[in-house]
Formats: sequence, structure tokens, C-alpha cells
Amino acid sequence: MSEIKVSGLRHVYSADTPFEKIAIDNVNVEIPHGQLVGLIGHTGSGKSTFIQHLNGLLVPSSGTVLVDSVNINGDKAAARDVRFKVGLVFQYPEYQLFEETVYADIAFGPKNMKLTESEIDERVREAAALVGVGEELFERSPLELSGGQKRRVAIAGVIAMRPGVLILDEPTAGLDPAGCQRILETICDYREKTGSTVVIVSHSMDDVARIADRLIVFNHGSIRFDGTPEEVFSNPKELSDIGLSVPAPTQIASALREQGVEIEGSVYTTEQLLAALLKLKKEVGRNA
Amino acid sequence: MLKDITLGQYFPGDTVAHRLDPRTKLLLVIIYIVGLFNANGWASYAFVILITALSMAISKIKPKSALKGLKPLVIIIILTAVLNIFYTGGTPIIEGWIITWEGIARAVMMSLRIILLIVGTFMLTYTTSPIALTDGLEIMLNPLKKIKIPVHEMSMMMSMALRFIPTLIEETDKIMSAQKARGADFDSGNLFQRAKALLPILVPLFVSAFRRADELAVAMESRCYHGGKGRTRMKQLRMQGIDAWALLLGAAFLAVIFVMKRFGL
Ligand SMILES: Nc1ncnc2c1ncn2[C@@H]1O[C@H](COP(=O)(O)OP(=O)(O)OP(=O)(O)O)[C@@H](O)[C@H]1O
Ligand SMILES: [Mg+2]
Repeated sequence: MSEIKVSGLRHVYSADTPFEKIAIDNVNVEIPHGQLVGLIGHTGSGKSTFIQHLNGLLVPSSGTVLVDSVNINGDKAAARDVRFKVGLVFQYPEYQLFEETVYADIAFGPKNMKLTESEIDERVREAAALVGVGEELFERSPLELSGGQKRRVAIAGVIAMRPGVLILDEPTAGLDPAGCQRILETICDYREKTGSTVVIVSHSMDDVARIADRLIVFNHGSIRFDGTPEEVFSNPKELSDIGLSVPAPTQIASALREQGVEIEGSVYTTEQLLAALLKLKKEVGRNA
Repeated sequence: MLKDITLGQYFPGDTVAHRLDPRTKLLLVIIYIVGLFNANGWASYAFVILITALSMAISKIKPKSALKGLKPLVIIIILTAVLNIFYTGGTPIIEGWIITWEGIARAVMMSLRIILLIVGTFMLTYTTSPIALTDGLEIMLNPLKKIKIPVHEMSMMMSMALRFIPTLIEETDKIMSAQKARGADFDSGNLFQRAKALLPILVPLFVSAFRRADELAVAMESRCYHGGKGRTRMKQLRMQGIDAWALLLGAAFLAVIFVMKRFGL
């Protein structure tokens, strides 16, 4: 349960070398308590760079990041505090597992928070249960798990710190549809349980649109659209110009509208489309 | 950040220095080092510095990047200077002191020598891609194949190592960030604690390095790589006019140095 305020953020990689690269420029965002934000953008648009500023891993070239009104780059203590307040799950987090057992790996974060043994134990079990890692796996080596299991262990490792803001970079990349679904459900569960703010980075509209309250679209290092999924998806042309597409159900709905079929409300999930079509069918039946 | 280590990094460009054959540049560096170590007087040092500055200008290297390359070696340079100041006999600056005028002169010269040595080799790696460099080395060392030294294998190993250094650095950076995000602390505590704090980086790094090595081996085999025998090159190295001129200038440089040495300059 934390709020984030970013203003005038700019980040330049390899400044003053021939490889200089402005990764993000002039980004201003406010994310209030408890919001679930989807961060979307094409490859290289600066999403990963942006989120690494939110927990102080990257220091802005200019601009400020406030978490709960504290400038996270202000002093050393603030920089360390924010690591526990803002939990960041990296892209392909399964490559960062290192402990001998699954249990120890999930406990790594809480241990760094200097909690007591019993608190650590409680958090590990809770986090593991939330992501669906059974206790029978606790003594296994994380390297022996399947890709999807590893991913869940890695996410548990961050959730176990009970961060007020949970940020996930492409949490569903490379998973099968069922695996994607589970991860997204886990994230929703975590938010429901703790009321945390959540930011999910993705380039799949379909995934994020379903669960996000708000979408932020990045293009070439700055924000192109920012609003509810409905608002953002009302610009299909601009979205496709920057290499993104609106979800398939939205496309179908707008194609139908163009044909003169009156579909009401916003449609960006299969369920919404189905509901709208069923409603239409009923009305047609009544009129006939 | 780890990435800011510039020593030995290649910067693509299109200067005369970039276009020289890697073999020429290797020879020039050898010539430069021989010249440097035969410079004994202030005049010859000034000459070497002049030549270095000229070559840097030609290869469009900013003094700033060269200085950055020196940073990791500052301690060695200082240590050399200090040792030379204290361990050279001669006339003391002040009666009774251990520091002598000769010591100071030697310290300055020795530090200059190290700095010039680094900057000289830095120019080579700045203007030559690692692949071109190992290719050049392999061709120059080819005669050693006669005495059963596996030159090709060694150079293949070297180019792979060079190829994967940036990848590994990037990976280390990434893993470090991820562990920092879980509250890992790499820069406090005593030596033992710090060494232990490296485990969360080293384990994933090794795991991924082995995985990569495995994948690379499979990829090479499936493209029929079977060692150096009968292998041809995509990029044939060819000496050109500018290479001859460059070597000629190199020889002239050496000649000047030896003449100066003869006259004790
Ligand atoms: N460590 C780095 N050093 C230099 N440039 C970088 C570095 N990391 C990223 N970049 C560059 O910054 C830009 C933004 O990269 P970033 O990783 O933030 O993109 P992204 O939106 O996360 O992309 P993806 O969807 O592929 O993950 C890219 O052009 C990238 O090449
Ligand atoms: Mg990314």
C-alpha cells in the first residue's frame, strides 16, 4: 500500500560514450494506493528501465521518484528502505535462483530484512502457498524444478517480503496459456489480500487488459497513452502505429460496430464480448 | 556500474587507425613498446608522448576515455611511483632525507612509462574489434603450427572468451540488480561477509555460463565445426598501402628512439 510519484524522469545509458542512449525521457506518472497498472510498450521502449527507477536500482539522470512522499534517491537509508517497500520481479526471474533449496531461496529476501526466524518461516509458507508452490518442494534444489515452477518460486521470493508495491517485468513471458493464467491469478490474489499497488509490464495487451485498472503505454522512452483500458483501446490506429495491437475481442467488437451491429459498452475480454453478443441475441429474439 | 570499465573495449569508428590491418596494429604496438622501453631521457619521453598524442588524435580517442581506462590501474601506478621515490639512491632533496632528486625523476619516468604502455595498448583495443584482433594473432602465429602448437584452437578459445565478456558482464549486472531488489547488500560488512554476499551472484552466473557453453557447443557442432583443419575465412585479411606506410612510420619512430638513446637524450 504505497503510492508512487515520478516527475521529469530521464535516463541515459552510457552517457558520454559513443554508445550513449536515451532510454527514457520526460516521464511523469502518479500511481495511487492499490491501483493495478499495466505497463505496455514495444521492445526497447524503456519499460524495464522505467521500473528499475521505482525501487532505486537505477538512479535517474534527471528527475525524481517519490515513494510515499520520500525521495528514494535522497540518502542511503531511503535507498535501502525502498528495496523492501517496492518489490521488483525481473524478466526471467528463474535465472536468479541460487540457494540450495527452494525454501532457502524464498527466504532470502525476508532474511535480508532482518526478520526473526519465525516471521521468516511464516512469510515463506504464506508466499509459497500464494504462488502455488507445495511444501513438498521446499527441500528440493531450485535448479531441478520445471521452468514454470522456477518462475513461481522466484515470484514467491519477492512476495515474501510483503512489498507495498509489487512490480513484475513480463511475468508471463515464455509460459503456456495455463501457466500465464496462474501467474496472473496469483498477482490478483496478492493484491486482494494485501491491497498492494501492482505494476505489470507486458507487451501482450490481452493479458494485462483483463486485470488492469489502468494502462500506461510507452513509446520510444516516453508515455504515449495513460488511462483506463477502455480509453487506451479507443485508439486502435495509433496503437498499431507504435507496434501494438488492441486485444482480439476489442477488434472483433469494433469490426462488428463498423458493420452496423450495435454492441454496447467496452469490450476487451472474451467474456465481455460473449456477454455483449448474448445480450444482442436476446434483443433480436424479442424484436422478432 | 560494471559496464563503465573501458580498458580493452572496442569503439567502432572509421578512422585510418580503424582501417589498418590488425596485424599491422599488433606490430605497431610491439614497436611502440620496444620504443617506450628504450626511451631513457626526458627528450625521448617527450617524443614518445608526442607520438602517442598524435596517434590518439588520428584514432579520434578522447583523452577522457583514455583516462577512464587508466582508472583501474591507478593503485599500481602510485605504488610504482612511491617505491621508486624511496628506493633510489642519490642526492637527497634536503640533507638527511631519504627522498632523492634521482628518486623523484625515476618515479615520474616509471609512472609515465606505465601510463604510456596502457594508453598505447588501449589504442589497439579501441580501434580493433576483438574478432579482428584474434584473427590477426592467429595468422601471425601460424608458423607455430609446425611445432604442434594448437594455434587455431587457442585463438578460437580467445575469441569466444572475448565474445562472452560483455555478455557475462551484462548478466552479472542483471543478476546483481535482481538480488539487490531482494535486499542483498554487497558493499557493507567485513571481508568475510562481503565474500559471502557474492554467492547469490556467482551461483546463477556459473549456472548460466555452463548452460551457455553447452548451447554454444551444440550450435557449433550442428554447423559442422570440427576444428581448424581446412577452415577458410569469411573476412580475408589483406595488407594494403596504408599498412606499408604505417609500418614505415613505425620503423622511423624506432630509429629516432635509438638515435636519441645513443646520444643519451
Ligand atoms: N544496460 C544498458 N545499457 C545500455 N543501453 C541499454 C541498457 N539497457 C537497456 N538499454 C537500451 O535502452 C532502451 C530501453 O530498454 P528497456 O530494457 O528499458 O526496454 P523494454 O521496454 O524493457 O524492452 P523489452 O520489452 O524488450 O524488455 C533500449 O533501446 C535498450 O537498447
Ligand atoms: Mg524489458
